[in-house]
Amino acid sequence: MTRYLLRRIGFLALTVLLTSMLVFAVTQLLPGDPARIILGREAGPAALAELRSELGLDRPVPVQYLDWLRGFVTGDWGDSYGTGQEIRPLVTERLGNSLRLAGLTLAVAVPLALLLGVVAAVNAERWPDTLVSVGSLAVVGLPEFVTGLVLIQLFSFQLGWLPANASIPAGTGFLAALPQLILPALTATLVMLAYVARLTRASVLEELQRPYVRTARLKGVRGRSVLFRHVLRNALLPAITVVAISFGWLISGLIVVENVFNYPGLGRLMTFAIDRRDLPLMQSITLVAVLAFALANLVADLLYAALDPRIRLS
Amino acid sequence: MSARTGKAAAATAGSAPRTDRPGAGLDVRGLTVRYGDGPDAPAALRDVDLQVAPGETVGLVGESGSGKTTLALAVLRALPAAGHVDAGSVTLGGDDLLAMDPGGLRELWRHRIKLVPQNPLPSMNPAHTVGHQLAESLAPDRPGRADRTEIDAMLDAVGLADPERIRRSYPFELSGGQQQRVMIAMALLGKPELLVMDEPTTNLDVTTEAAILELVRELVRGSDTAVLYVSHSLGVVSQLCDRVEVLYAGELVECAPVDALYDAPRHPYTVGLLDSVPLLGRTKRDAPLRPIPGRIPDLADLPPGCVFAPRCPAAEEACRAERPALEPAGKDRLVACRRWREIADGDVSARQPAPDGAEEAAPSDGPALRAVGIEKRFETRRGLLDRLRGREAGAVKALRGVDLEVRTGRTLGLVGESGSGKSTLARAVIGLEPASDGTFELLGEPLTRRLERRDREVIRLLQMVFQSSDEALNPHRSVGATLRRPFMRLAGLDRDEADRRVARLLESVNLTAEYATRRPDELSGGEKQRVTVARAFASDPELILFDESVSGLDVSVQASLLNLLDELQRERHASYLFISHDLAVVAHLADDVAVLYLGQVMEAGPAETVLAPPYHPYTEALLAAVPRIDPHVAAARPPLEGEVPSPRDVPVGCPFATRCPRVLGAVCHDEPPPVTVSEDGRHRIRCHIPRDELVELQEPLVEEVAS
Repeated sequence: MTRYLLRRIGFLALTVLLTSMLVFAVTQLLPGDPARIILGREAGPAALAELRSELGLDRPVPVQYLDWLRGFVTGDWGDSYGTGQEIRPLVTERLGNSLRLAGLTLAVAVPLALLLGVVAAVNAERWPDTLVSVGSLAVVGLPEFVTGLVLIQLFSFQLGWLPANASIPAGTGFLAALPQLILPALTATLVMLAYVARLTRASVLEELQRPYVRTARLKGVRGRSVLFRHVLRNALLPAITVVAISFGWLISGLIVVENVFNYPGLGRLMTFAIDRRDLPLMQSITLVAVLAFALANLVADLLYAALDPRIRLS
Repeated sequence: MSARTGKAAAATAGSAPRTDRPGAGLDVRGLTVRYGDGPDAPAALRDVDLQVAPGETVGLVGESGSGKTTLALAVLRALPAAGHVDAGSVTLGGDDLLAMDPGGLRELWRHRIKLVPQNPLPSMNPAHTVGHQLAESLAPDRPGRADRTEIDAMLDAVGLADPERIRRSYPFELSGGQQQRVMIAMALLGKPELLVMDEPTTNLDVTTEAAILELVRELVRGSDTAVLYVSHSLGVVSQLCDRVEVLYAGELVECAPVDALYDAPRHPYTVGLLDSVPLLGRTKRDAPLRPIPGRIPDLADLPPGCVFAPRCPAAEEACRAERPALEPAGKDRLVACRRWREIADGDVSARQPAPDGAEEAAPSDGPALRAVGIEKRFETRRGLLDRLRGREAGAVKALRGVDLEVRTGRTLGLVGESGSGKSTLARAVIGLEPASDGTFELLGEPLTRRLERRDREVIRLLQMVFQSSDEALNPHRSVGATLRRPFMRLAGLDRDEADRRVARLLESVNLTAEYATRRPDELSGGEKQRVTVARAFASDPELILFDESVSGLDVSVQASLLNLLDELQRERHASYLFISHDLAVVAHLADDVAVLYLGQVMEAGPAETVLAPPYHPYTEALLAAVPRIDPHVAAARPPLEGEVPSPRDVPVGCPFATRCPRVLGAVCHDEPPPVTVSEDGRHRIRCHIPRDELVELQEPLVEEVAS
């Protein structure tokens, strides 16, 4: 088990290192000279050169990369080209917001999706199954901004229960922010629900066919115990991986949802950085997102190992 | 006490005629099971009766499609969702099983009926410990509160020495034999009235099978449990059962006490089954097997009269017109055949006609394949951590100095338990997993180790037939396209000529030319394996490797395939390396036999010499373990203990010393045994015991069998 854990952590470190190189390389390839972006069209060559040397852009790329990486690791993430602000507090605050939204979404989506998937599988080919399948497909077919706008229309304008704008100010506590989180979380939930539910359904159906289920039934184990003690234990394993992947998407890929609700998450900060060609900001956001994603996968691997003795013991 | 007397005692005590004591044991009457809805849905079982009295063991035999598994599942009330009982009754101890509600069924499953399934590993939950799953059998609602001492006692009773360790293990950590013992323990913990065993030894090594059969015999002896033993193996059934029911295409065709059934089978299908099985002591040199021609009818398209008539050598017009009734045919016997009296009196033969006597094989002219000092090492994987810690890469030696010779136009049979290295050797010959050391010579020419580096001519000369024809045939390609390839690629023929050759080839494997247009999923298992044989022969090879190629087929299909292989060999003077775990099959087909254990040849030589004393104690143990297809011949001796050790820790001395019943002492464990050779130089044994001593110690284990 220790071996397995060490190997996983090794993989994680390697992944993050490689992506950091990739991120750095890609931002180097983007068109546009940062010095010109900062100083504007009117700046003369001397001023540009001076700024480039100040920013260290005249050094060889590998040196710049190592410098940037060292800075990232030691907590000096540099300043934003666009606003001149220090990047780290900006990104960590947005990361906090994204984590809240992701956490709330997963807390709603995962149990709901598993429940729907299991109900559909147990009632395969009967009406609950059809209902879940048709319903979830219909929802997943809609783009996020449509579901988001429908939800706003319904819950904010018609019923007036929840705020349409989720632009929470920095430093708001979780409970205070909760009303603003609900609609974005619901929108994200609807996007991933169908996927996880259908996967769970397929996985439960597959496990139900396995001979060990018959063995359990023929021991006289009650139907519900067969399901909970035997089937789900094995059927939910694939869901773990998918949830971990969804987590990565929730952290950095929620651009549309964040825009619809004006939510200050990492996704919107990223669009901001791209608009401004703010390279240091882009790099930091991407690396933070990759780290979060990699950690989620590590947790998934560990959960997997904890639940599957074949992985744990071999 | 011998198993023979035990069985006789049980037979007199337990064997119940079909009519009396309706309350005790299992009683199935007029059972019809359909798959699908409506009266036209195919009936997998039609009007079947079955009685198993307490303390009695009844065998249920028949080939695939006979309905034996459907019957077992119907009795268990565990039919798949599409199957349902259309007519008939099933009672246990007088209680109507078909009328039970879910609560009643749970009680039934908890205490009265237990199943030992065919494949133990998938029948256990991979995520729970064996102990948990055993506890669940005892206390299905609260496995945590089950009585551990009772479980340990049961594990001990099924021959698992370290119950504590077994309980803590997960299923995948146990060997196949241990897994099946656990399943038996799980079933017996409920102290059932009826134990249903569904081919419990089918996927096990012959030695493990013998040990499990011995265990079942012991557990059942003197107990009140009724046992329904489902098997395709007539040998296993003859060794274990008091009575046998033979099913064919969903109907009961014969039912008799085991001795009577094997001594004088009355139904032509039973006769055909018994004639299809290769017996130790009756080889291809004595007579070819007598397979049953044709195939089992489609349930949706049954013949109007007797279901067996289309394949029956004794069928007359009347047989095809009217379905025969199941009628009493002697003491405790029932037969569904119009002509059973004539068959019993010997007025008409129910045997399939013997295939044409094979002509004498052309003399062998030297070795087709020679293997000298073949070694195969598998490096164990060494991760980054191991490298950092400076750990050496370990190596597992799967083959350790194998010397073999396949003569031209002859068959070398290669036997050994799983883990002996049989398949590794085949893969090394074919070049898929190249040998680490040693040389192969094909027709005197050294063979390049790697398949990718071999030239076309060598590939043409060396072909292989695998076990699973399903996996070996591309499901999207027609038979014709599959067979055309070797002609075009290896022989360089054009398309038309290749098609002509495909047609001829199909006929030579007893298929018709029109099979060329079919796809694999339109073929039966036996037909598919014929196609893979045809593909191997397409390039006119010198040597063909068969890796368990006839295993897993029904006996009648296996018999016709074995005859076919023999015929093709004589016709084309091809040489075979034939790998099988089934000693009777090897003994039937092989001219020479080599016995492999832990990657070493323990014994090799002409078949008749290897199968007679002196043998290596390992060969002796394998032969003793083969279930005899004769209820009068009991298992010869206690089955071999233990399992093949891991090739990671091969003993220093004789590899077999850890399990050898004839072990001499320290010398066997400490020194590698010498190879002793017979006077004519053709038979060698790797053993510390001198040949003349082995002759004195050993008895012949292969009986002469009249054909």
